[in-house]
Amino acid sequence: MGFLTYLINGLSLGSVYAIIALGYTMVYGIAKMLNFAHGDVIMIGAYLVFMTMTGSGMPVVVSIVISIICCTALGMLIEKVAYKPLRKATNLAVLITAIGVSYFLQNMALLIFGSNPISFTSVITWQGITLAGGQLKITGVTIITIITCLIIMVALMWFVKNTKPGQAMRAVSEDRDAATLMGINVNGTISLTFAIGSGLAAIAGALLCSSYPVLTPYTGSMPGIKAFTAAVFGGIGSIPGALIGGLLLGIIENLAKAYISSQLADAIVFAVLIIVLLVKPTGILGKQTKEKV
Amino acid sequence: MKNLNKSTQKLLTTIGIIIVLYLVVTIMEATGNLSSLMGGLMVPVCAFSLVAVGLNLCVGYLGELSLGHAGFMCVGAFTSAFFSKVFMNTIPDVPRFILAFIIGTAMAALFGFLIAIPVLRLSGDYLAIVTLAFGEIIKNVINTLYVGIDGNGIHLSIKDMLSLGMEPGGQVIVNGAQGVTGTPRQSTFLISVILLIVVLILTYNFVHSRTGRAVQAIRDNQIAAETVGLPITKYKLIAFTLSAAIAGLGGVLFAHNISSLQATTNTFGYNMSIMILVYVVLGGIGNFRGSVIATAVLYLLPELLRGMQNYRMLIYSVVLIVLMLFNWAPGILKWREKHGFTAAAVTQKFGKKKKEVQ
Repeated sequence: MGFLTYLINGLSLGSVYAIIALGYTMVYGIAKMLNFAHGDVIMIGAYLVFMTMTGSGMPVVVSIVISIICCTALGMLIEKVAYKPLRKATNLAVLITAIGVSYFLQNMALLIFGSNPISFTSVITWQGITLAGGQLKITGVTIITIITCLIIMVALMWFVKNTKPGQAMRAVSEDRDAATLMGINVNGTISLTFAIGSGLAAIAGALLCSSYPVLTPYTGSMPGIKAFTAAVFGGIGSIPGALIGGLLLGIIENLAKAYISSQLADAIVFAVLIIVLLVKPTGILGKQTKEKV
Repeated sequence: MKNLNKSTQKLLTTIGIIIVLYLVVTIMEATGNLSSLMGGLMVPVCAFSLVAVGLNLCVGYLGELSLGHAGFMCVGAFTSAFFSKVFMNTIPDVPRFILAFIIGTAMAALFGFLIAIPVLRLSGDYLAIVTLAFGEIIKNVINTLYVGIDGNGIHLSIKDMLSLGMEPGGQVIVNGAQGVTGTPRQSTFLISVILLIVVLILTYNFVHSRTGRAVQAIRDNQIAAETVGLPITKYKLIAFTLSAAIAGLGGVLFAHNISSLQATTNTFGYNMSIMILVYVVLGGIGNFRGSVIATAVLYLLPELLRGMQNYRMLIYSVVLIVLMLFNWAPGILKWREKHGFTAAAVTQKFGKKKKEVQ
């Protein structure tokens, strides 16, 4: 039963990674940049939920909606101020700017909320279910996290496949110049991508802090990097890839924590990233692209 | 001076500035005008300057962003501290310190080389994230590492102190998250300054050598460089290894200046890598003198302005973003050209002024 418990916890953690990875994979697929600040948007989202729910006593749903709206606005603002002017600049410049934005959000949170860790009240009060005569206990947070992740995945895949803005997204990620010629609003599409990714980050923040209830200004950065690992693992730019990568990574991390060493779990997750990038840089579901002159 | 070319003149000026600053600080210290707190910061400033020069070699000349340089610094620091502690009583001070430098730097270079082999197959964002991953792995492994030494030799464990299974009288050298304590404090300001000057001369010569020019050619256009027959991997490996070795050297200097060496996020983790990146970007990418000056200013400034402590990091991040936008955003570059804010226009202005004075 121990193994099954670890597996289910891994699935839950993996679902959170998958939701975060969506933000990375969509932005990378469409804007061709690594949005380093994505992890810190999660942290901001979690703080917003904490403030509105525990601080002002609002209902859970309202506080999550407020958090989603604020994070969406934040994501679009970041894109407008920091990334848009650099759209035609070198890769290195964009990357360093993204790191700067990430650093800015962390230190802003540090100033506003302080460095003391906050114990986050779970957004889910349901106790969960007990199976196999009390031997296997699955918490409510775990179940809700997995279900939320699946709903988001299905909805997003439908959105990208069947709606006009979704088709525009696919077109921009395929070939930006050709999309411009077809009359697609490229800037608007990229902005929309950031908005969706950041809105999802708010949900991920609430779910992450419900399972691991310690919130500090640095909470977002590690899961952020791991979720990027998951996005690369599953194949960058692919939505089902983010799901597969996220779930696998969550399971690997939890099993490593349980059976190898809790301190080395992070190192093992990063080792997975390195191995994937060396063996199959396009990830499990990624497409092969060739460099042209 | 006039017969030398421009870049040699620049190097000599940089060395001149460092020597003058060294003399000023030494005189201030001798006459009691320097607080002991500031005096204690001089060696770390040199250590981080070295790491910044190393990272600048990677970012400015190889054109790839490494977020793992704190990891190489960590390798240099821990191997040299380990060596110094093991041979504390068996080798006299001076040769031991020299050996510690050689071992620490060589170890960082070896790690840099081993990491570069897989990493340099990637580029851009992937390379940055993989170096970050390697840096975190190094930090995590060192945090769980226990190394002890007794009559039977060296004992290793990744669990705890007890599982080392040592004889009584054995000595635990690397103590997990508590790191290495009691390293001899041998780094002096003089040694640091000499090392910094040596490294600056070395990197200057490297950048202007045949190899260095090849590295820059690869940075500017890899496909073109490949077409003219440059062995890409070889040159990239050389540059990355050298860059890691310099970071390791900074680590050795750092380790022999503090009594308790620990691998936390702020000393050798991701945060430190970013801090060093801030030094490099602020000093100017590809400008070694700038890296040294930016490190010195940014490292000493918070001590001078104690009240700003809370806003320091926030200001750094804003500076980072604004500088990148100012220097790289196509729209802003166009605006600068129109209003005469380009580097060329500014030098032209200064040149004219000088002529008028004459």
